[in-house]
Amino acid sequence: MAGREPLLEIRNLAVSFGPLRAVDGLDLHVDEGEVLGIVGESGSGKSVAMLAVMGLIGFPGIVSADLVRFAGTDLASLDKRARRDLVGNDVAMIFQEPMTSLNPCFTIGYQITETLKAHQGGTRRERRERALELLGQVGIPDPARRLGSFPHQLSGGMNQRVMIAIAIACRPKLLIADEPTTALDVTIQAQILDLLLGLQREYGMALVLITHDMGVVAETAQRVSVMYAGQQVEEQDAAALFAHPRHPYTQALLEALPERGAGRARLPTIPGVVPGLYDRPPGCLFNPRCAHAESDCREQVPPLERDARGRVRCLHPLGHGPA
Amino acid sequence: MNAPLLRAVDLRRHYQVRQHALAARRTLKALDGASFELHAGDTLAVVGESGCGKSTLARLITMIEPPSAGTLEIRGVAVHEAGSEQIRNLRRHVQIVFQDPYGSLNPRKKVGAIVEEPLRINTRQSREERRASADAMLRKVGLRSEHYHRYPHMFSGGQRQRIAIARALILNPSIVVADEPVSALDVSIQAQVLNLLMDLQEELDLAYLFISHGLSVVEHIAAQLMVMYLGRPVEQGPKGAIFERPRHPYTRALLAATPFVDPARRRDRVVLKGELPSPLDPPEGCAFHARCPHAVERCRAERPVLRAVDGRDVACHLAEEI
Repeated sequence: MAGREPLLEIRNLAVSFGPLRAVDGLDLHVDEGEVLGIVGESGSGKSVAMLAVMGLIGFPGIVSADLVRFAGTDLASLDKRARRDLVGNDVAMIFQEPMTSLNPCFTIGYQITETLKAHQGGTRRERRERALELLGQVGIPDPARRLGSFPHQLSGGMNQRVMIAIAIACRPKLLIADEPTTALDVTIQAQILDLLLGLQREYGMALVLITHDMGVVAETAQRVSVMYAGQQVEEQDAAALFAHPRHPYTQALLEALPERGAGRARLPTIPGVVPGLYDRPPGCLFNPRCAHAESDCREQVPPLERDARGRVRCLHPLGHGPA
Repeated sequence: MNAPLLRAVDLRRHYQVRQHALAARRTLKALDGASFELHAGDTLAVVGESGCGKSTLARLITMIEPPSAGTLEIRGVAVHEAGSEQIRNLRRHVQIVFQDPYGSLNPRKKVGAIVEEPLRINTRQSREERRASADAMLRKVGLRSEHYHRYPHMFSGGQRQRIAIARALILNPSIVVADEPVSALDVSIQAQVLNLLMDLQEELDLAYLFISHGLSVVEHIAAQLMVMYLGRPVEQGPKGAIFERPRHPYTRALLAATPFVDPARRRDRVVLKGELPSPLDPPEGCAFHARCPHAVERCRAERPVLRAVDGRDVACHLAEEI
């Protein structure tokens, strides 16, 4: 990792919709072939940040960044057309609701070959062959028959497989999966996660997994970034983060999980709610809900501290664990 | 033990469906034989994936629909024999909290009107009395009385779920059906609502039928567990026994598929092949055999019935070996 250039590097990314800063000063990097988990609750800006990387934030959203570099190319310097070539080819994204991200009016086969046509050309026959191969790879039984199916004829899990087939059609270097399993049943969720990890290893692609489910992240990601109210509050290796969280928010989130509460009468909770547009507190954004907040937390905005273990945005990070 | 609040014996619900206008009607067995009891202060969790019949069960228990067969007794009254007056009376005792607090509250009504509506329909209380009960109930679920005049859109998901809970409890029911009450909420809010549900249960001696598609929440809140697959319970019994050693391969797969943060809790992934078969034509024999890693010849031919194994009931031919 050291010395090598990350595949995707973001510095000081901000996305605002009018007065609302959905993402605020986000620094993030993704190395080649790694699985990065981004966790956070609704409204933490995790999806919006990745949509901004994909160039999918439209009016009235305003995106600004000091640097967004993908595989050595500064994305900000690209014109629209060049960026579109890159997005969908080298970077692909899948979304939460497979049923709504596929177009209900076209067959599965059409939607897969459309991507191939846009990015790789080839003859109609070649594209069909590749589509069959892709459907096989994502574990859809009887692919030849399925090419002619419409999304409504398939189950949620199958549609998510089709989405994945479209996303990996051009062998991307980076796949961004935004809550890919939230709408699915548990056993199907396990299938899809296994599929994504299998493809990630096979293709050596990097995977960014956006989710609110701590369990999913713990079981899949190598490195985890925690977001709160548009800011990154902590980043660590997955194992270290779950064993020794350094930001009080991460700790509180983990404590609140029912799996850790079994046997205890009540779950520890985080009082209050995520601050909205008009009730952003001064100082640390988490201070009103934080069990460890001290007086300076209410005045001073904590900077993002970096060290060997990762990053943490807190004036008084939790000190336990190996330093 | 005193008499159960609710007793279900071999409860079934079948629907006649046709897939298009000219097709013959076929029978969809949404729920095909569930038996259980529910006592005051108890929580029974019903777990299963989409299409397993758990929501159909909720519709039967809340008397939104009558069962096609089987007996349902609520507070000692057999529902299929009861007259409409009696049913109306019973309905007050069984209330429901839905999954999605964004969809279950009327956006055009104020919170006060939403919480008071059951009183307006079911009691002869005066406006002032209703207002007083609604105020008290709002405070009980952790809202404030000034919230009375606000609209649902002014609240966050967790607060809306509190409103839905207040509405369910205002008639002082003895049974509350909670249909995935926290799955639409964020983790930190989820914990708040779960705690509230447990506090209220303690205070009001409520019986919960807690419906969930995942196991991690259930482990925290339930005492009894019923795992369903394709309209039938496949394993039911005390939570502890089932979590410690699931005896049905489906329960085991569900547990293995549930992602845990704690590495010690993770089990070997048993990734199930395939998807849920169509409930319109369930497989012969055991409904689970096509996805089961342990299936033998007998599973394809003969449907296993629930039988007592190791402190719980399991519907599997191989329960002893699993």
